[in-house]
Amino acid sequence: MQSTQAVSEEQVNVDIGDMTDTDQFLTFILAGEEYGVDILRVQEIKGWDAVTTIPNTPEYLRGVINLRGTIVPIIDMRIRFGLEKLDYGPLTVVIVLKVDHGEKSRVIGIVVDGVSDVYNVPEDEVKPSPDFGSAVDTEFVRGLATIDEKMVIILDIDQMFNSGDLEIIDSCADE
Amino acid sequence: MTIDMSQFLETFYEESFEGLEVMETELLNLDTGAADGEIINTIFRAAHSIKGGSGTFGLNDVATFTHVMETLLDEMRDGRREVTQDAVDILLRSVDVLRDMLSLLRAGEKVDEDRVAVAKKELDMLLAGDGGNESEHTGANEVDVDGDEQVSGEKEWKIIFKPFPGLLQTGNDPVRIFRELESLGILEVKADLSKLPSFDEMVSEECYISWELVLKGEIDKSEIDDVFAWVEDDCELEITELNQGSGKVIKKPVANSENDRKESPVASKNTPPANSSKAKKSKPTESGSIRVSIDKIDDLINMMGELVITQSMLSELGGAEEFGNIQIEKLRDGLGQLERNTREMQENIMRIRMLPISFAFQRFPRLVHDLSSKLGKKIELLMSGENTELDKTVMEKIGDPLVHLVRNSIDHGIESPDQRVESGKDETGIIQLNAFHEGGNIVIEIVDDGAGLNKERILSKAIENGVIKESDALTDEQIYDLIFQPGFSTAEVISDVSGRGVGMDVVRRNIRDLGGAVEVSSRAGLGSTFTIRLPLTLAIMDGQSVRVGKENYIVPLISIVESVQVRAGEVKGVAGKASLYQLRDEYIPIVRLHETFSIDTECKQLEDGLLVVVEGEGTKIALFVDDLLGQQQVVIKSLETNYKKVTGISGATILGDGTVALIIDVAGLIHLAQTDENIIKSATDKDSEIAA
Repeated sequence: MQSTQAVSEEQVNVDIGDMTDTDQFLTFILAGEEYGVDILRVQEIKGWDAVTTIPNTPEYLRGVINLRGTIVPIIDMRIRFGLEKLDYGPLTVVIVLKVDHGEKSRVIGIVVDGVSDVYNVPEDEVKPSPDFGSAVDTEFVRGLATIDEKMVIILDIDQMFNSGDLEIIDSCADE
Repeated sequence: MTIDMSQFLETFYEESFEGLEVMETELLNLDTGAADGEIINTIFRAAHSIKGGSGTFGLNDVATFTHVMETLLDEMRDGRREVTQDAVDILLRSVDVLRDMLSLLRAGEKVDEDRVAVAKKELDMLLAGDGGNESEHTGANEVDVDGDEQVSGEKEWKIIFKPFPGLLQTGNDPVRIFRELESLGILEVKADLSKLPSFDEMVSEECYISWELVLKGEIDKSEIDDVFAWVEDDCELEITELNQGSGKVIKKPVANSENDRKESPVASKNTPPANSSKAKKSKPTESGSIRVSIDKIDDLINMMGELVITQSMLSELGGAEEFGNIQIEKLRDGLGQLERNTREMQENIMRIRMLPISFAFQRFPRLVHDLSSKLGKKIELLMSGENTELDKTVMEKIGDPLVHLVRNSIDHGIESPDQRVESGKDETGIIQLNAFHEGGNIVIEIVDDGAGLNKERILSKAIENGVIKESDALTDEQIYDLIFQPGFSTAEVISDVSGRGVGMDVVRRNIRDLGGAVEVSSRAGLGSTFTIRLPLTLAIMDGQSVRVGKENYIVPLISIVESVQVRAGEVKGVAGKASLYQLRDEYIPIVRLHETFSIDTECKQLEDGLLVVVEGEGTKIALFVDDLLGQQQVVIKSLETNYKKVTGISGATILGDGTVALIIDVAGLIHLAQTDENIIKSATDKDSEIAA
């Protein structure tokens, strides 16, 4: 739970004056690369816990957990991105995100190598991602930001979790 | 004092719909000729509340319409008009019109004015017809009715308004009334201060002033009446038309102060119609609400109290300095008590969602009444078990299938009076609606004493539609079951009541969606019985936990036929692949859960594990699992909220240790297994071979 601590301290340190026109991003590490998600979408950060697997689902869907009475699916980002699998260790964390889909929203947990930091990024410093050709699908990338000479890939989580196998089939989700 | 009336609007609609249902039920109970005064009174009260409420919320169309109904009912109540079948029918139609008006208004749409006008004309004609002996009061009402049809012109009304001292305490404010009047036309107000006491004697909460008002404009008396609707029991009111020579004086009877005020609590609770325009603009909200009887809530509060006591006992124990055997004993007691409290609390909270099935049944008297007269049949409807309770969600979804089945019984089941007499039966047919609990289910039966299902016709139709082959040998039950097949109707004449062949399959599907089942049994010449079985609630079910590898799954107890241990020789193979288990005289295909769900397990030999024979949609399969664990009640959680539907899984639940277990959807699993391999198919083929 160390990482949770880090986040809250960071939030306290944020200078109110800077809040205008800047977005705050929580970044996490995945195979040495740093990815950022809108911090307002982060519901909580928790350690890895055993999941209940769901049969006949894609491999990246590790299963579901009980988050205070709600059934939350857990997605392994390494498998989702086609990266090499890694055993879960004490630093492996689950970031619980709120994903919007039209008027509905869903709660999804993602497994990452570790949580890194919280950054304030002025809106105009998020550069659109270059076209990688067919090598990388940029559909889920909102843009790139340079922070302390590091590149952070800002993810569009709504886009990411509403496409492909995770797409909500409206007829089912209507209930 | 400004109150946002829109917050009451939804309540008004709900109460009105309830009122309409009361009116409908009572109208059907009304014996023509010798009418029961109490019944008419009940109908009248319901109409009166709707009128009052609609006036408050500025729903003038509704108010005017209800007013005419009320007038008619009033005459019936006073015995000045006979209760004829004609009048009852017109009133029933008016109830329909009113219900439509209210639902349209609730949805924020425009009222179908033509339809309302037609219905109103019917009522007006009935009122204008013979019957009413002119009396002072009737006269008043008729002025009103005529007033609506008169070409409206400039009129001058004199209103003498003498409030009782207590008027202000009921939340009514004369100033608001005047303001409302002012919106109708030009208003002159003269206050009579003669009764004003000296300053020392004055009680600030009492009203001492009376007023004389003159109102000019194109105004109907009913509009003025509406303005005073809430205060009419709390004042002396005299409304006179000035420029008409005859000057009909309408005197409201002086209310008998205290008693009368108590009898009209609605009036005193509401504010005058001043901010009605605001209410009209507000968007209709779609949040469903539920009415819960007070004793259910009282029970809950009692239980809550017990829970608090248990909690304080346990926390006291937690604060103990030493922890010896005595404390452990106490702790056990406390935990036992906590368990009991929790269970009771759970049961009672579930009961909040439970409503008596009469909510679903109450529409049937009307349906039977309308349909039987339309089809020229004589039918009596008997209902039993109306107080059987059922979950609200289930209730809402069972309504339409029930209507369909009842219509079906009326249309196809019960014969025409001539036919009935010919076959030696009473010319009045009987349809019974029974509801009762059986195990964890609620059972609803629709029984008719009609001709019964026609086996030959069902068979020939099924062969014609290609549902079955001519060579198929079917038992009676199987034949009757054919009517639930899609595209099946045996009605000789397609009527607008039924017979389009969409229906019975939809009925079955809807009931299955609720986790229930529908069956039919029939005896030629004696009638048929449709039996619907439904789970009591959709939120909690009894489950059997099974273990496969390291995973636990919950199998709904209701779908389990039996669980057996396999002995060598009882399993037969088909084409070297699928295996069948012989359970008495049936061959049941085995579905290995670890294969279907791709789970790693050491238990792969059938002899090592157990077979759970389950039934879904009429097909049986044997699930091969490692082990059976306990039975427990599980709370059903949706997987779809945050993920999506998974074939073979109906949902998830949280076990006592906080982990998630998936609930198996038996019907889905059967489909899954069927697409996997054609094991089920081959098994059924084998089955019919044996049968043949």
